[in-house]
Amino acid sequence: MPKLKINNTEIEVPAGTSILQAAEMLGYEIPRFCYHDKLSVPANCRMCLVEVKGAPKPVASCAMACGENMEVVTDSPMITKARHGVMEMMLINHPLDCPICDQGGECDLQDQAYGYGFDRSRYGEDKRAKKDPDMGPLIKTVMTRCIQCTRCVRFSEEIAGVSCLGMLNRGEDAEITTFVEKAIDSELSGNLVDVCPVGALTNKPYAFTARPWELRKTESIDVHDAVGANIRIDARGNEVMRVLPRLNEDVNEEWLADKSRYAIDGLKKARLDVPYIRDEQSGSLRSATWDDALSKVAEKLSTTSSSKIAAMVGALCDAESILALKDLMLSLGVQNLDCRTDGTLFDVSKRCGYIMNSGISGIEDADAILLIGTNPRHEAPLVNARIRKNWLAKRTKVALIGEQKDLTYPYVYIGAGPDSLNADHSFFETLKSAEKPMIIVGQGAFLRPDGEAVHAALYDFATKMGVVGDGWNGFNVLQGNASRVGALDLGFVPQGTGLNAYGILTASQKDELDVVYLLGVDEFNVEASLGGNTFVIYQGHHGDQGAVRADIVLPGSAYTEKDGLYVNTEGRVQIAKKAVSAPGEAREDWKIIRALSEKVGKTLPYDSLHQLRSRLVKEFPHFGKIGEAVSADWKAFGVAGEVRKHPFHSPIDNYYMTNSISRLSPTMAKCTAEFVTKKQAAIAAEAAE
Amino acid sequence: MLADQDRIFTNIYGWEPFSLDAAKQRGDWDNTKDILAKGRDWIINEMKTSGLRGRGGAGFPTGMKWSFMPKESDGRPHYLVINADESEPGTCKDRDILRHEPHKLLEGALIAGFAMGAHRAYIYMRGEFFNEGSTINRAIKEAYEAGLLGKNAAGSGWDFDVVLHRGAGAYICGEETALIESIEGKKGQPRNKPPFPAGAGLYSCPTTVNNVETIAVAPTIMRRGGSWFAGIGKDEKNTGTKLFCISGHVNHRCNVEEEMGIPLKELIEKHAGGIRGGWDNLLAIIPGGSSTPLLPKHICDTVTMDFDALRAVQSGLGTAGVIVMDKSTDVVSAIARLTHFYMHESCGQCTPCREGTGWLYRIMQRMAIGNATLEEIDMLLDLTKEIEGHTICAHGDASAWPIQGLFRHFRPEVEKRIMEYRKDIKAA
Repeated sequence: MPKLKINNTEIEVPAGTSILQAAEMLGYEIPRFCYHDKLSVPANCRMCLVEVKGAPKPVASCAMACGENMEVVTDSPMITKARHGVMEMMLINHPLDCPICDQGGECDLQDQAYGYGFDRSRYGEDKRAKKDPDMGPLIKTVMTRCIQCTRCVRFSEEIAGVSCLGMLNRGEDAEITTFVEKAIDSELSGNLVDVCPVGALTNKPYAFTARPWELRKTESIDVHDAVGANIRIDARGNEVMRVLPRLNEDVNEEWLADKSRYAIDGLKKARLDVPYIRDEQSGSLRSATWDDALSKVAEKLSTTSSSKIAAMVGALCDAESILALKDLMLSLGVQNLDCRTDGTLFDVSKRCGYIMNSGISGIEDADAILLIGTNPRHEAPLVNARIRKNWLAKRTKVALIGEQKDLTYPYVYIGAGPDSLNADHSFFETLKSAEKPMIIVGQGAFLRPDGEAVHAALYDFATKMGVVGDGWNGFNVLQGNASRVGALDLGFVPQGTGLNAYGILTASQKDELDVVYLLGVDEFNVEASLGGNTFVIYQGHHGDQGAVRADIVLPGSAYTEKDGLYVNTEGRVQIAKKAVSAPGEAREDWKIIRALSEKVGKTLPYDSLHQLRSRLVKEFPHFGKIGEAVSADWKAFGVAGEVRKHPFHSPIDNYYMTNSISRLSPTMAKCTAEFVTKKQAAIAAEAAE
Repeated sequence: MLADQDRIFTNIYGWEPFSLDAAKQRGDWDNTKDILAKGRDWIINEMKTSGLRGRGGAGFPTGMKWSFMPKESDGRPHYLVINADESEPGTCKDRDILRHEPHKLLEGALIAGFAMGAHRAYIYMRGEFFNEGSTINRAIKEAYEAGLLGKNAAGSGWDFDVVLHRGAGAYICGEETALIESIEGKKGQPRNKPPFPAGAGLYSCPTTVNNVETIAVAPTIMRRGGSWFAGIGKDEKNTGTKLFCISGHVNHRCNVEEEMGIPLKELIEKHAGGIRGGWDNLLAIIPGGSSTPLLPKHICDTVTMDFDALRAVQSGLGTAGVIVMDKSTDVVSAIARLTHFYMHESCGQCTPCREGTGWLYRIMQRMAIGNATLEEIDMLLDLTKEIEGHTICAHGDASAWPIQGLFRHFRPEVEKRIMEYRKDIKAA
């Protein structure tokens, strides 16, 4: 614990703390460009120079560790002059095109130039210009603006784990570029825009659409995967302009996956903005009033026997609407409820069996990791980034049972299917002897008819491997979507002898079900999966799989348009805030269900979101612990049965299109064309040869 | 003047073969085993006594540098890295050692490696030194075959390997940490210090990087004793013999081994046959390779060639590459050419050096023909101060010093040129 003086203030810091960090603790801001607290330290921008007593030259404070009895001055005339010099050098070849630069208003260089720049340039020579590499549909490049801080290079190499960016050439010809003209094939590429301190890398779909000071900022939660990344929604008027990550060390650190950031243009496409009723004569949907639509739904629900009604909730639903729907269905005596619309089967009765028990940040502590039936790079890029972070720091051994994919870190391949759990493999010894062993199970492990038996087998396996011990629970299920843990916690699962999702579809095809209520269900081909005579009520926000088949469409709100609670894969309850209003006559989902309950004559006992949340917290107390990952007791789970040998398959073929919003996003379509279709074509061409 | 019996590099001119047999006749590899038998502490102590300062340019005491290596290995191997990336314009001493005295280097590597607990030495060879690399390779092969390297090297019980690593011709790879990066297979860019290589260098293991000449003089120092070496030279801080490389407008350009602290005038008159057209035809001398500030004639008259005397006249001994310019020289163009070199060789990491060297070059190009304003001279000097001392390595300093030297001594020349250029423009 070295003790030192910064600007005559004494401070004691942990060993290894840099001067820059120590100064920040004391509230002295030191300008910097290349330094980023999540990346390695190259100390090449030279902006953070400080004076250290006894040192012959100014010292780069980001790279110099605090020493005992150091005396540091951060703002002496010598230092100010040095920083002025660095700033002048930085600006000589930087185009002063702030008025047409998208970074304007939130540019580190612009901000620092106020503090350390001159009011005119002494540079009379020709300026340098650079070629702009094409980095794909997400990142716009203007490399003449680049100040060679290499944050992007370090991010792609260290965090994203793809070696696609680098600094070519040297001296003033040095330029950041893709080694071969290639788009950046990473699910985290959008973060390059965030780390770039200038306008060299900017958000391509957002280009020239808004200025930062025009935007209304709402802190919310992302729903495109089960991570529940903390986001900031920037809106202008009633339009979501962009989404940025928000710092939460336990969940997403300060990163955000590409789908979460770029799929938002899907929010403007194919929205359901009025209720629709299917015309019996023409067979097509026609718009209707709320009153007509709700009356028709109410009539259907109250005239149908409860055993012939089923309800399912989809991937993007908030906890409030799930509870409201459950309350309504239970009041009607409906038992056929399920939230596993992606076709997975597992034991839903034990919470420890379906959440990530160690938490996402717990991944960093693990000293052996086994991935089962998952491709975390596509299912949850931020979880994958954590695994990579652990591997990078400790070279932790990672093994995989399932499909072999490039995960950005090396792993031992054990096998393809559940029989590999009983294989005689040396990695299992590593896992057993590890102090903090970890298993991460993806949805691919449960996406099979024997999913419940696999679940039981996993419990046995986890017990055998000693994955759960004193103060450590390394059994982790990586859920596939944002609503799932919330729905399971709320018990939106088959009641009593009720049918599960498989059963509902089969029964519908056999004409044993009359009415199916779909709350935002778009995960499967509804048209092909449900029987022709089933009356389908779809409540949701996009005209996707569900609405196409629906007999009545009730327009709901997307995640940016309502206040709601979401539980992420760790079991962490988080609040999403309303950033804009839903389009047209669309309403918040819980309100639609509440209005419907009145029509059915089973009025739900809450009139406001506050009352609904009070009930939620009363019934399920852990929903009151906002922001906290509520742990679960370790109990046996699964249903013993025969486990088949079939290999595991990851549920995600195309990372860029996994839900109704991303499927309708033009940017995600471009990504699919660039990163998925091209690759598939290349594989097909190779196979043909 | 250095007596013949005190010469270390007896074959620097290549009058005899470099082969092991010939080298042995000159005294190389003579009972190296006995030297190692005296132990690490004795070797380092002897090195300290000799007062040898690093011959690569910075002049850091070698014995002290070796003593920074951990006494006991913590499990990581130790490495000796020999810097044979001699690229400083005006310097060609290492080249001749590599060509004609490779066994002095290899024996020195064994002694130095033993003294710092290293079982492996890397020789980082400048990319352009193709033939020299072949020579070293042959010498290494000879030494292995004679049992002087490899397992139980020279019968000492110490295992020692020498690996030749060829660079690709970047000047910056002569900076010790950039050199380490380059050996690791990365782009040659200097690292931040701390950590210093003695703590975490090559592959994050304790490493010492020494110049070729530093290592090559070690065996002779061990044989004849540190006090013998310390007895030669000007004072206790500038000891021993030194290879000087004399180039430019002299009658006989040459490499010569001389006593540290020899007067510059004597060095040139005795060994290089004097200045072309006599001593009075001298304009300026760059005393220590291109990065050291030049010295005008009146300083050259009296200055001695050692670290401290040259520092006192605001220049430096550097690599002792003496570049002589007589009165026919366009000194502004000469320095402008050097600024091009430093622009071209900047690695591009640090902002001041990356951006500033190009700026300096462009202004100097204009100054060379006088196309500038008088105010720009002060601006230029201000810019050199903005670069100097603000970068990771000394490349920024090296690009600033020649310009500072030029204006320290030849400012009127530049001013005159600017005024004449204006007059010409007006006349036209």
